[in-house]
Formats: sequence, C-alpha cells, structure tokens
Amino acid sequence: MSDASYFDESTTPKLPVAAPLDFIALLKPRVMSLVVFTAFAGFLFAPTLPHPLIIFAALFAIAVGAGASGALNMWYDSDIDAIMRRTRMRPIPAGRISADTALAFGVILSVLSVFTLGFVSNWLAATLLAFTIFFYVVIYTMWLKRLTPLNIVIGGAAGALPPIVGYAAATGDVSVASLVLFAIIFIWTPPHFWSLAILKIDEYGSVGVPMLPNVSGLRRTRLEILVYCLVLAPIGAVPWCLGFASWLYGVTAVSLGLGLLILAAQLFVAQDEATIRQAARRMFAFSILYLFALFLMLTIERALNLIGLF
Amino acid sequence: MSDKDPKDEALSSQHGIVLTPEQLRGRRARNIAIGLGVTFLAVLFYAVTIVRLGGAVANRSI
Repeated sequence: MSDASYFDESTTPKLPVAAPLDFIALLKPRVMSLVVFTAFAGFLFAPTLPHPLIIFAALFAIAVGAGASGALNMWYDSDIDAIMRRTRMRPIPAGRISADTALAFGVILSVLSVFTLGFVSNWLAATLLAFTIFFYVVIYTMWLKRLTPLNIVIGGAAGALPPIVGYAAATGDVSVASLVLFAIIFIWTPPHFWSLAILKIDEYGSVGVPMLPNVSGLRRTRLEILVYCLVLAPIGAVPWCLGFASWLYGVTAVSLGLGLLILAAQLFVAQDEATIRQAARRMFAFSILYLFALFLMLTIERALNLIGLF
Repeated sequence: MSDKDPKDEALSSQHGIVLTPEQLRGRRARNIAIGLGVTFLAVLFYAVTIVRLGGAVANRSI
C-alpha cells in the first residue's frame, strides 16, 4: 500500500475543528451558573466566612465540577441528543467535538475540580463534590434516566447538593440550614422538569426516555406536579420558620409558594391540549423565577447580615 | 496568503495529513485557551497558598 493511499482522506480520522467556545458549551454554562449561585448561598450560611480569595477559588472548583458533570452527561447522551431538536446542535451531535474528547475533558476536569476544592477548602467539601459528580453522571445519567420515570426525582439530589458543598467548603461541616436549602431544590426539581417534559413529550418519546408524562400520562403528571408544589410551598418558608431568614424572606416565600400552587392547580384542571401546554409553559417559567427569587432573597439577606446592615 | 505554519506544512506533507485552515484556526485557539487556563491556575494556586499561609509565609529555615 502506498503512503498516498494509506493516508487517503477516507481512511484518515476526522481531525477536530472545535473552538474553545465549543468546550465551554460542553460545560452547560447555564446549569453551572445556577450551581455557583446556590453553592454561594450555602457559603453565606457559614457562621464565619473564609478569605474572599478562598471563597472565589472554592466556587471556581465547584463550577468546574458542575461543568465536568455536564460534559460527561453530553458524552453519554450524545446518541439521544442527536435526535432531540432541543439538543441536536450540542458540540458532540453537531460533530464539532468527538465523544472521546468530551469524555477525556469531563474526566480531567472532574479530577481537577475535586482536588482543587480539597486543597483550597477541605476534603469533606471535595468528597461531597466528587459524590455530586458521581451521582449526576453514573446514578442519574447512566442508570436512572433511561430506566425509570422516577429519574428526575432521585437524580434531582445531584442538583440539590451544591448548597451543602458550599457550606462544607466554608466550615468543614454540614448544617441544618444547608440541608434545608438542599430540600428546597430537591422538592423543586420534579415539578420543574415535569412541566418541561409535558412540553417536550414527543421528543422524549422519540428517544425512549421514560419521563413521567410519557409513562403515566398527562393526568397523573399534573397531579404529581400539584402534590409536589403542595409540599414545596411550605418547605420554601422553612428558612424563615427556623429563624435563619427574616420575615421579608418569609413573606416572599409564602407569596411565591401560593403563586406556584395556583399555577399547579391551573395546570391540573386544564382540559384541552392547548390549555395544558400553555399552563405547563407558565409553570415551567414560574418555577425558575421561584427558585431564583428565594435564593436571591437568602443571599442578599445573609450578605447584608454579614456586613452588619440587616 | 496561506495562514499555515511552514513547519506544519512540512510535517503534514511528510505524514500525509493536511490540516484545513479551519482546523489550524481551531487548534491555535485551543492552544491559546489551554495556555490561559494553565496560567490562571498557576496564579490562583500561588495566591491561595499565600492566603492560607498568611503571616507564616515568612517563617522558614534559612
């Protein structure tokens, strides 16, 4: 065989064209920003805060850990991402990054983030971060996501852990406050994603992911959303009831909780498909606002409290 | 004018693989990003070390 034919274009492996922005897209920046935000809230609940540079470095490590989880999720799910309209332009299905490269990128960043957090903060926080990455990638993505409609219920724990990691990074401990923040995100996750699953029912059906609307139907899903919101609304007010947030937070949490319940009830009683879709869209958007507003209130209150202004 | 490095071209022709301008641009951008990332990490670890050691940074045997 001549050199020319050996290196013929058809036999030469496709070389990468990925730009740095494609690797940033692998990190799921929007999810990463939510993780940093909730981990920062966990930080602020510490009785005494470490040096600002230590906080920055720890949050950086947590952000990289979250990004690594996103990259490993995209590596494993690249087959279904290529089919779903919402995800087909991600770097792997679009052919800009190979699956092997994404796997190596995710593993390297996972190791880097865990050891960085261990060195700059402590090894409890690093272990919790490693567990979060493991839970999201192995338990949720590889095991539960394609197996059971409870995927998001159990898998939601991974997204709920950052406040605990943040608090642990600041103190080397786990507190009731950080567990309450965990509970809020954990109970918030299913109704949020089931609203999206109602809107994307055809897409999830086409790739065989057993989301609740596909497996149990729209009626059962809307009932579950309502039940979860009935549990979430009081849990959202717990930081105020336990005394680590003010009445201002309490009023916000109760008002937004009522809003969430009203939207969940509207979704539950909706009759025709168009009304159900409209109610699900409103529910999805409001659930994002709900979590963001609660954590923003907690963060502002704690920040003002720490500098003695509240 | 071609934006290919002459060394790249020599190596490519020697091994039979010719990178497209897009691939060369991507590789250059990735190399710059890795360089910036490693520099950032070096500065971060240095600064964190100084902060963690605090005043003890000056305590060393001569």
